[in-house]
Amino acid sequence: MDLNYSPEEQAFRDEVRAWLNANLPADLKEKVASYAHLSREDLLRWHRILAKKGWVAPGWPKEWGGTGWNVVQRYIFEEELGYVGAPPLIPFGLTMCAAVLLRFGTEAQKKRFLPRIYNGDDFWCQGYSEPGSGSDLASLKTKAVRNGDSYLVTGQKIWTTLAHYADWIFCLVRTDPSGEKRQEGISFILMDMKSPGVTVRPLILMDGAHEVNEVFFDEVKVPADQLVHEEGKGWTVAKYLLGHERLNTGRIGGSKRELAALKEYAKDRKDARFRDRLARLEIELMALEITNLRFLDRMRRTGQPPGADVSMLKIKGTEIQQGLTELALQAADPAASDELSVALQKRYMSMRKTTIYAGSNEIQRNIIAKMTLGL
Amino acid sequence: MNFDYNEEQQLLADSVRRFLQKDYDFEKRKQIVASPQGASDQVWGTFAQMGLTSLPLSPDYGGFGGGAVDLMGVLEAFGEALVVEPYVPTLLGALLVAKGGSAAQKQAILPAVAEGRIKLAFAHTEAGARFDLSHVKATLEKGEKKAVLGAPQADKLVVSTTSGVYLVDKKDVEVKAHRTIDDRAAGDVIFRKMKAEQLQGGLELVEEAVDFATALACAEAVGAMKYACDATLEYLKTRKQFGVPIGTFQALQHRIVDMYIAQEQARSMACLACSKVDSSENADDRKRSVSAAKIKIGDNARHISQEAVQLHGGMGMSEELKISHTFRRLTLLAQLYGDADHHLERFSSL
Repeated sequence: MDLNYSPEEQAFRDEVRAWLNANLPADLKEKVASYAHLSREDLLRWHRILAKKGWVAPGWPKEWGGTGWNVVQRYIFEEELGYVGAPPLIPFGLTMCAAVLLRFGTEAQKKRFLPRIYNGDDFWCQGYSEPGSGSDLASLKTKAVRNGDSYLVTGQKIWTTLAHYADWIFCLVRTDPSGEKRQEGISFILMDMKSPGVTVRPLILMDGAHEVNEVFFDEVKVPADQLVHEEGKGWTVAKYLLGHERLNTGRIGGSKRELAALKEYAKDRKDARFRDRLARLEIELMALEITNLRFLDRMRRTGQPPGADVSMLKIKGTEIQQGLTELALQAADPAASDELSVALQKRYMSMRKTTIYAGSNEIQRNIIAKMTLGL
Repeated sequence: MNFDYNEEQQLLADSVRRFLQKDYDFEKRKQIVASPQGASDQVWGTFAQMGLTSLPLSPDYGGFGGGAVDLMGVLEAFGEALVVEPYVPTLLGALLVAKGGSAAQKQAILPAVAEGRIKLAFAHTEAGARFDLSHVKATLEKGEKKAVLGAPQADKLVVSTTSGVYLVDKKDVEVKAHRTIDDRAAGDVIFRKMKAEQLQGGLELVEEAVDFATALACAEAVGAMKYACDATLEYLKTRKQFGVPIGTFQALQHRIVDMYIAQEQARSMACLACSKVDSSENADDRKRSVSAAKIKIGDNARHISQEAVQLHGGMGMSEELKISHTFRRLTLLAQLYGDADHHLERFSSL
């Protein structure tokens, strides 16, 4: 047992950190540190800086632009991205759609979409949840009817993150409403957001931010060559994506940075109650980091995807992220009206989403109960 | 980076676990606990044969130079089986001798420990000290130490006083024996004009040795947690109410999932504590890691033990079932060498 990174891994971390510090634009770093709004252009600007360096999609196969790093190097890279305080890399294209195309896409689909994702030419969003289908995703009703060389898609998606920035959306749709097994009637399609019949309506959350949307489809024509995998195999695709290797679901780097900032912010607070809360959260994060590294080490040795382990990292990681915002709120002067204090209040509200999105933490517990514990 | 036990560590842990499953099942343990001595010499002899008493000692004294990480798997197995023999107290005493003893003292004590011929205990805590290791009022003239784990079975004790740390024969002190809540033998140690040999070192020596024992207690707790989680999962799968296994109820599924998550988090921190006591180059780094681990293990021991009893229903309260004894062990381990509040103080002060 050795909890330390090897000298080579440490050198890799130093290299990544030095490059990030030298190349992350100061204005973007400041926006992230102060929890300011990040525009589409902000997100894409950072994406393109990484693309130019060749680091925007480390996990992809080398032929499509991947770096060839092993899982530990990729984890270190992601941790450093979080730790330096870079704008997030929006995962819908880079990690989700790309993973699906690499696994199930045709050569033509890969050639058409992957380079544009890599270079930040297309901004993607994810069309999963519907008004009646949240945790019970397989009950989704948005229908796609085959009509010659295309599908006509009608229905509604909801909570669609950054749909108002997006050029493309990948969607789960129902191609066969008659099936006995409802999972078998679902297909995975790619849709141009500029298609006639697509309407995006903002949903404003309690922090006042426009981040998520409703997306309406009214007989939207989607060419049949934008179906991924076979018709009726959409659920297989969705499940693949769920168990797809995700290395930093716990968001360790970002939480480390926020913890350090919080300690600095609250350094004049001397009361023991606050100090103990902070210490317990720090220790929770230490434990999660080691747990994450244990899973990573196992992945490296066995070559197996992490499976339900990801659910544990998601649960603990989001609880810690929320805990940090609670403490930041508590550390702020209750009467403060400065920009940072207001941003921290909004951040506290905004981060309540983390235990709901990407499979609520209750759904994650269901997954662990079933997959790991056999219940 | 590597979180696995190496082949030797794994083989040792496996053979200890096999021995305990065969010769230290719950019924056998009950008999040992019910015996006047409250521990088995035969079992101790087997531990010695397996190398457990020599593993962490220096090769100069018949040992193998092992560390806490080498013992982690062993302590996990002890935690699963709820071993009552005074293993960690003996190692704690041996470590104090190894770090503070003269060559002659080491030669007199350590080979005998390695061969399983003698057991040790560390008499340190006094009334009112709580978990403060610096709280020592005893002198050679007069002193009383409280609830010393392993004291009734020890042949020699290491005793702290205001003038330093001493090695003493048990016959030169009085031991008032009692049992801990988890059925281990302990005793109050009382002495007057004690004839004793001094070891070199003071508070720093004590802190280092107790941190080592704390790391081992963390590993032991992880083993007890594993049993608690596994037994509870099995119960959820077999106990039927309303015509179905109660493990089909989501309210219970989520609770046992949280127990397993707590166990994984605790295991991670036990890895940290054990590797830091072995390899840390500065004392503050070691203390900070051990305290962090003990806080997490204390919190999670309480969480898991309480939930294990709750999910077992009335059966969880019963003396007959091992789960209630695991509850007691986890309750004791959460307190041993400092509870979460004590370690929060130390963690935050570093």
